Amino acid sequence: MASSETTRGTAVEEADGGDGGERPIEKSTAKPRPGNAQDLAGLEAGLDALDAVQTKRVSPVEVLVQKVLPPIVAVAVVLAVWKVLVLAKVTADYKLPDPGRVWDALHQLWLEGELFDIVWTSVSRGLFGFVIALAIATPLGLVVARVKFIRAGIGPILSGLQSLPSVAWVPPAVIWLGLNDQMMYTVILLGAVPSIANGLVAGIDQVPPLFLRAGRTLGARGLVSARHILLPAALPGYVAGLKQGWAFSWRSLMAAEIIAKSPDLGLGLGQYLENQRNNSDMAGVLLGILMILVVGIAIELLIFAPIERRVLRSRGLLASAR
Amino acid sequence: MSPALTTEKDDRASAAAAGSPGPADATGSVSIAHVHKSFGRPGAAQPVLEDINLRVRPGEFVCILGASGCGKSTLLNLIADLDKPTTGAIEVPGGRPALMFQEHALFPWLTAGKNIELALRLRGVPRAERRPHAERLLELVRLGGSYGKRVHELSGGMRQRVALARALAQDSSVLLMDEPFAALDAITRDVLHEELTRIWSETGVSVLFVTHNVREAVRLAERVVLLSSRPGRVVREWTVDIPQPRRIEDADVADLSVEITEELRGEIRRHGQQ
Ligand SMILES: Nc1ncnc2c1ncn2[C@@H]1O[C@H](COP(=O)(O)OP(=O)(O)OP(=O)(O)O)[C@@H](O)[C@H]1O
Ligand SMILES: [Mg+2]
Repeated sequence: MASSETTRGTAVEEADGGDGGERPIEKSTAKPRPGNAQDLAGLEAGLDALDAVQTKRVSPVEVLVQKVLPPIVAVAVVLAVWKVLVLAKVTADYKLPDPGRVWDALHQLWLEGELFDIVWTSVSRGLFGFVIALAIATPLGLVVARVKFIRAGIGPILSGLQSLPSVAWVPPAVIWLGLNDQMMYTVILLGAVPSIANGLVAGIDQVPPLFLRAGRTLGARGLVSARHILLPAALPGYVAGLKQGWAFSWRSLMAAEIIAKSPDLGLGLGQYLENQRNNSDMAGVLLGILMILVVGIAIELLIFAPIERRVLRSRGLLASAR
Repeated sequence: MSPALTTEKDDRASAAAAGSPGPADATGSVSIAHVHKSFGRPGAAQPVLEDINLRVRPGEFVCILGASGCGKSTLLNLIADLDKPTTGAIEVPGGRPALMFQEHALFPWLTAGKNIELALRLRGVPRAERRPHAERLLELVRLGGSYGKRVHELSGGMRQRVALARALAQDSSVLLMDEPFAALDAITRDVLHEELTRIWSETGVSVLFVTHNVREAVRLAERVVLLSSRPGRVVREWTVDIPQPRRIEDADVADLSVEITEELRGEIRRHGQQ
């Protein structure tokens, strides 16, 4: 770009009658300038208007058609296929009950007043465990990302732990702590902490060095730099880690609830599922699975998706959302 | 001047203590003495910069010109204290210089206005004064209405202007600019040249402007310094006496550009012959 401009021949031809001396620059011909300050401001306003990124608002109808309709259609299709399979009697009734019987099971839970209790037992355990995991994983991730020695030591273990199914932690946790809530939280922590910490490490690793150098020229060093530059810059990776951390928390908790049965423990979704299996009630089993799925999705949609969207949108990283 | 291998801070302190050029007069100046810079093991690789000597007077506008990869960014990093010279001394008596990077380097998690306010905050400006100050700086680069805009909502030219405003927010007496307009289209660049010239004459800041565009250098600078490549050395200097306001298409600008381009090409040709 630059070279084409500097090597263009026209410039030389325009300069007819140049003095040809060592420095042909003394002749200060005061040419009439076509532009003044006013024109420059106008020109800039024009350029800005041409270049500025348009952010358009989406109408509620569009949101309905683009976001709400597709999942509803998908669920309807699944229900229809299910119903067809039942009507076609592809398998015994006790293996694949009618969708209506699952609905009845839900209705019955509601009438017995247990539905809310069961869901809340699991959700409160899951969220509380997640919050503890968050409190442990955040400083851990920071230290692993910034201290070379610690990173070399436990970095690989931390990423290795992520691929270990957390259900594997249930037997040792039961032996260590017995059948109680602490054991559940332990399993959640062992599942979620590596995931959240790794997300933060990845987020910090991906911070462009340019931001850190820009921060330094502005006078940010050490902790000030961590607070004003490093952490905000790492936020997208951190939030992605949180989302994954919640998924791990929920999975770990369900594993723990299904395996560990004890009258001392409140009845959660996992225990409900396991109880229905013992009763050979397939409608109840399916209901249990559906509730676990729905709660997991609901928490993600209600809590994590909005946070992630806000973080990404404010940085212009959410192009597909328009 | 100061002996080699002392840190910049020491140099500044000793310069102030010696009182030779009183700190008040020297504010806004940059002096670079016998600076060498090589990466990796000292002596192993060919130095990127070799025996650079350069003085920028307070309020002066100097352009550093050189082919791609000749060490222009390296030199600015040294002056901005982002890196240390292998040997030699750099003095910036006015305190930490402001640096505008080749890329805009605005923080995408902050709005245009908040980017500027962060610079003010890190400089210790009290909270209540930050917002009006940031708005004044945006006015200065003619972006009065863009306080709340996110970086990704700004065009390339607007981003560079916000970056300029943020650099000015540091209130340094020296402004280092590393090819800030290289990625812009010719019309926008032209406009920003005019803005920069206006802001320079209004604020009296010293500017050290790096470019590989000869016309841009002649359009802007009072003095053009040509660097050679591998190792980077000061080859020649030109004083540009063309009165401002200049235009990039002016005949005077073109004449001098032709002369400097010849010299630059000669420099580059020399590498082909080795
Ligand atoms: N951190 C580093 N480690 C090793 N070599 C480096 C480093 N930084 C720069 N260099 C080398 O120093 C030389 C000069 O680099 P520099 O970025 O200063 O060039 P430049 O003149 O700014 O180029 P451009 O016009 O392309 O921006 C290059 O050859 C580059 O490979
Ligand atoms: Mg460069």
